Amino acid sequence: MLITLDADLVEITLRSLYVTLTALVIASAIALPLGALLAVRRFRARRVTIAVLNALMGLPPVVVGLIVYVMLSRSGPFGVLGLLFTPTAMIIAQVIIIVPLIASIAHQALRELWSDYHDLLISMNTTQTQRVQALLWDGRRALLTASLAGFGRAIGEVGAIMVVGGNIDHHTRVLTTAIALETGKGEFALALGLGFVLIAMAIAVNLAIHVISRTERGGRW
Amino acid sequence: MKRTILAVVTSTLLAGSALADEMKLAVTTSFHNSGLSDILLPQIKQDTGIEVQLLVVGTGQAIKLGEAGDVDAILVHSRKAEDKFLAGGFGTHRREIMYNDFVFIGPSDDGAKLGDATSAKDALKRIADSAAPFVSRGDDSGTHKKELSLWAAAEVTPEGDWYNAVGAGMGAALNTAAGLDAYIMADRASWLNFGNKGDLALVYAGDPVLFNQYAFLPVNADKHPHVKTELAAKLEAWLVSDTAKALINDYKINGETLFVFNAE
Repeated sequence: MLITLDADLVEITLRSLYVTLTALVIASAIALPLGALLAVRRFRARRVTIAVLNALMGLPPVVVGLIVYVMLSRSGPFGVLGLLFTPTAMIIAQVIIIVPLIASIAHQALRELWSDYHDLLISMNTTQTQRVQALLWDGRRALLTASLAGFGRAIGEVGAIMVVGGNIDHHTRVLTTAIALETGKGEFALALGLGFVLIAMAIAVNLAIHVISRTERGGRW
Repeated sequence: MKRTILAVVTSTLLAGSALADEMKLAVTTSFHNSGLSDILLPQIKQDTGIEVQLLVVGTGQAIKLGEAGDVDAILVHSRKAEDKFLAGGFGTHRREIMYNDFVFIGPSDDGAKLGDATSAKDALKRIADSAAPFVSRGDDSGTHKKELSLWAAAEVTPEGDWYNAVGAGMGAALNTAAGLDAYIMADRASWLNFGNKGDLALVYAGDPVLFNQYAFLPVNADKHPHVKTELAAKLEAWLVSDTAKALINDYKINGETLFVFNAE
């Protein structure tokens, strides 16, 4: 079955990758510096911010989807952009879902690094930007884990992208929404097959990132 | 490497979206699950150049999408909801396209004896009297509204342990019915195309009240200036054409005709 679907399968798999990797890059660009800043800087609302971020890790995707939907709907505040039911809308929803997750894990990892670096960086009279940069660079392996956790959550997510993407064939259909569709048709074998493709792709992406960043190799930690 | 992949993906996606005439059409799950859309859409593209993007939802949600202006037209089957949609000024007009029919599905041993029913009302009464498990869509879709109107006609209030409102699409509800060995009302097309029939079988069909009229309603440009009125008109012209008539009337699953074209 999966073989006959070949062209379509490749298309939705690539779209899954495109949406989630784009969301991951954007979310990481927001969340990693945010996590570092929360580790380095002391300000009044810091504790509350961290608690809120931690709580938002459990944000139900379908609620995020609904909020993004209301915002992007033609009758909503950003309706003029005409973004609803496009891959862009799906990326926006996924960014919102994974930013708290990546930021929370990044903050947790960098907090311990910061306690090691604290005296050194303070004594060197570094600026805050330099401190954040130092933490982000030296903690890059832990941050990779944070980003991969975000990738994991985004690639398997169906609730939000179903609402904002609409699961339109050849336009916004991705692996997870295709699985939901085939389950709805009672085509369990096909749905399961797509599920295995999804798992295989997640493993492949994780391996690829590890190979590119050369972790878990002799001589490095 | 990663960049190349991304570039390829982006370009294919952009190429896909840059193709000229696109419009969004909200359709009911039964229309899509029947497989008819897979036959019509390629032909529509070939004849008119319009790429119709389908949003497959229940009638209730389809109408909401039309009211919000998030789609250019809707193809649904619930007369009352359609009339309300038109009365609110959200649509320009209503054009009947085709009909199919609803059928009652149940466990193959048919404990409530729906096979002997004389009418749809009688069938529902038999289910309620024997308190046989029944699955309802419960999602405000056209099928759900039809089911509720039939209960009302049968003068039965559907409630109790045997009545399961699942709040899901046709396929998901059929899956639940297969799991519970329960009775369910489904459109014939979805039933014939359903892959997980389990122990279920068609137990009652044929009452004229079970006919299910599909209508095409373009969204009103007065309410939402961005809607693609011209494309919707072109699509409507195609849907009532002889080409559409032949495709719809000839569409069969297991030798059974699913839809009857009746546009004027």
